Amino acid sequence: MTGIDGLAARLRAGIGTQRVLTDRQELRTYECDGLAHYKVIPALVALPVTAAQVAAVVRACAATGTPFVARGSGTGLSGGALPHADGVLIVTSRLREIVEVRPEDERAVVQPGVINLDVTKAATPHGYYYAPDPSSQQICSIGGNVAENSGGAHCLKYGFTTNHVTGLEVVTPDGERVRLGGTAPDTPGYDLLGVFVGSEGTLGVATEVTVRLTRLPETVRTLLAAFGSTDQAGAATSAIIAAGVVPAAIEMMDALAIEAAEAAVHCGYPAGAGAVLIVELDGPAAEVDAQFDEVSALCTAHGAFETRVAADDAERALIWRGRKSAFAAVGRISPDYIVQDGVIPRTALPEVLRRIGEVADGHGVRVANVFHAGDGNLHPLVLFDAEVPGQAERAETVSAAILDLCIEHGGSITGEHGVGIDKAKYMPRMFTDADLDTMQLLRCAFDPDGLANPGKVFPTPRLCGEQPGRRQGTHPLQSSGVAEIF
Amino acid sequence: MAALDELTTPAGDDDVVGGVPARLVAAPRDTAEAAALVTAARGLSVVIRGGGTKLDWGPPPRDLDLIIDTRRLTGVVEHAAGDLITVVRAGTPMAELHRLPGQQLALDAPPAATAGGTVAANASGPRRLRYGTARDLLIGITVVRPDGTVTKAGGKVVKNVAGYDLGKLYTGAFGTLGLITACVFRLHPVPAASAFVRAAAPPGHAARVLAGQFAASALEVNAEPGAEPELAVLLEGTPAGVRERAAAVAAVLDGEVSAEPPEWWDVLPWAPDGLGVKLTGALSQVPALVATAVGAGATVRGSAGTGVLYAGFPAAGTPPGSSPSSASPSSAPPSSASPSSASPSGASPSSGVASSRAPLSASGVVEAGRAVELLRAAAIRAGGHAVVLTAPAGVRDTLDMWGPVPGLELMRRVKDRFDPEHRFAPGRFVGGI
Repeated sequence: MTGIDGLAARLRAGIGTQRVLTDRQELRTYECDGLAHYKVIPALVALPVTAAQVAAVVRACAATGTPFVARGSGTGLSGGALPHADGVLIVTSRLREIVEVRPEDERAVVQPGVINLDVTKAATPHGYYYAPDPSSQQICSIGGNVAENSGGAHCLKYGFTTNHVTGLEVVTPDGERVRLGGTAPDTPGYDLLGVFVGSEGTLGVATEVTVRLTRLPETVRTLLAAFGSTDQAGAATSAIIAAGVVPAAIEMMDALAIEAAEAAVHCGYPAGAGAVLIVELDGPAAEVDAQFDEVSALCTAHGAFETRVAADDAERALIWRGRKSAFAAVGRISPDYIVQDGVIPRTALPEVLRRIGEVADGHGVRVANVFHAGDGNLHPLVLFDAEVPGQAERAETVSAAILDLCIEHGGSITGEHGVGIDKAKYMPRMFTDADLDTMQLLRCAFDPDGLANPGKVFPTPRLCGEQPGRRQGTHPLQSSGVAEIF
Repeated sequence: MAALDELTTPAGDDDVVGGVPARLVAAPRDTAEAAALVTAARGLSVVIRGGGTKLDWGPPPRDLDLIIDTRRLTGVVEHAAGDLITVVRAGTPMAELHRLPGQQLALDAPPAATAGGTVAANASGPRRLRYGTARDLLIGITVVRPDGTVTKAGGKVVKNVAGYDLGKLYTGAFGTLGLITACVFRLHPVPAASAFVRAAAPPGHAARVLAGQFAASALEVNAEPGAEPELAVLLEGTPAGVRERAAAVAAVLDGEVSAEPPEWWDVLPWAPDGLGVKLTGALSQVPALVATAVGAGATVRGSAGTGVLYAGFPAAGTPPGSSPSSASPSSAPPSSASPSSASPSGASPSSGVASSRAPLSASGVVEAGRAVELLRAAAIRAGGHAVVLTAPAGVRDTLDMWGPVPGLELMRRVKDRFDPEHRFAPGRFVGGI
């Protein structure tokens, strides 16, 4: 037995027969993540149930030079968990124990397969919650959140996964279990925890995550404001920020996105709106009330023709339903669509939205805009019909042009979905060769053989060659007799 | 090496790091000149100096040829108020960033400390409870690598997950991975109102503040031998909201509302040439950590709200609370750096002299070693770490200043990739990196 068969035999002996899949039909289940137009059937799927088993799988991969890809719930939107055809897909969703919840330390320790929302559910009885809330929080896993440094609607005020993870146990690409960070902040040494979060599976596999729990706010107030145009809504957003208010969230949807949401979930947003803003404030009651009045006034001053205030949790949920369902809802008004994820400085919002409109019109493609207006994170939905020849290509062109607009305005090619396989080719537009080479230095420190999620994030994987001037003494290949220097 | 001659000047009497004198000093004016300097300085060992407020932190360098001073790399390049970000050169004093028009970099630091130095040392203060630390506020960075390559990471927008977050790697790296020349920070609005609540209360009462709905910006403790411990809380927000919350916190702690902080607020509890230790632990373990440190004779201050404390022993390195009779002579781990390279003409009479040759210092050495050992054990029990930030010259070389660090092997591999010849701040970092 050689190759993948040998590896399969070794893994079956190591972690159990039923935890190793090689049947093509079973493998097909894992051929894509949330970005479904990229599909690759992995050579083997491993379903470990313990950190030790994850380490065993990675060690086996390292020993045989087999690439591996870690996958959580598979909800990622950049193809970060797209399998490798000759590699092992390590599914972490069976490591799903909430190990401990310690409100007195404002920490919880969870396994990587635990669902994001379940952390909050476990903490809520104690008066705490887990702040990062990606829209997929009902199904996405904490391990995936760590890989992608997931954000969410409320990261304007609370930050991203990286601000809420204090410790990790990871399996490095050579199969070692290493602790990074811990319960307390400011672990001495390089902040390897900080670079691991958001490294999209290219530095190893997280097997245990210590997260910070946040005190539930005393009050949450949510406002929906309808405007005639996105320009007005954008101006209102800038005014709110300029007033020194930091809302928990400021979300915007344009007319096309509203149309889609209405068709899908009947959220009942004001008719005739060219844009709606959802503004949420949370915190101590007295502060929130004062700032809420200020926000309402600013919206009205910038042209809001209707504002609604959620009277209770049910009404708040209704306001959010339209926003949170927006991606899927677009399916009601278009057979196919691309979800784009880019970031611009908030102040460039009106200009960039206008340019997106021009680019879309120029290519005869419709774009629905849904975004985190507070932090300039755009999610344009480029609509097309794959059945119509040429439309898919035009949509791709528009989608790429939007990223160029983001870079041109000093922004980023991804705010929360990650680079994955989808945007690796855009990295050189944002970073110089020297910048990318520097990232490779870190990659090579963790994964000199390039086995962890190869082909993701970086456009041209480089070999982890020795540094100029570094070679001292005899080369290992020389001393082991494999090679000679003449 | 004509280029090096043009870009450097001979070092003066003050160009000393941890007792080790430099040969050369350079103060580049921009990133391009810094890159030319670093390129020309191949083969030289380098330490970077900002405002010099924390130059005594960490072990001395193993070698020191060149000090790169960032005092000419100053200025706010951009303050995009509408986007709540600023781009600054690394040598910009923090005082400037604390008073941008209507906004602030919410990172506590001495006024003379520089932006780059604060990032490199991962320094923080009371307001970390609300605003986080450098790792949370830094969104972009420009670094000259030890091989002279200019490289950027992050960007100018807060929300950005493109590529590795290398800003975090450089944060707290003590200049061992390269020279930071520019930083991009996230800013916060200056709050409309603020107030302090001061109380004589045991550290355990901090939990009452955390459990309440007070949204404190800082929650600090101060404790010392023979005195009643104190808590102080900073509240920020709207005038009415701050008034209401300050009154509520004062009621919970049986304290008083004050417009001003206590005099110990954001002041590290050690004198020059004292022994200073950073202690971290889980929140629930803060009272035990404070008790252990005070029991060992330390003054303890810091963030009871985040579990980051600072313990200071008086100068001369002799913790008063410990008894010489119970001293065990073998406690101090071996030093990673040889003290013999240090200049004997340093500021302190005992600097650079092996401890066994100075009887007074010898007991100080043993006591300091015992105190650190005690604090380290307590910090580990508490789920954290004890790092000796600074120590008297005579005892510094006998202490394992950084202590045990998880993931050290990976850190060495990172260092090897970024600085294969180990020229940048050699020996200043964890595990002798």
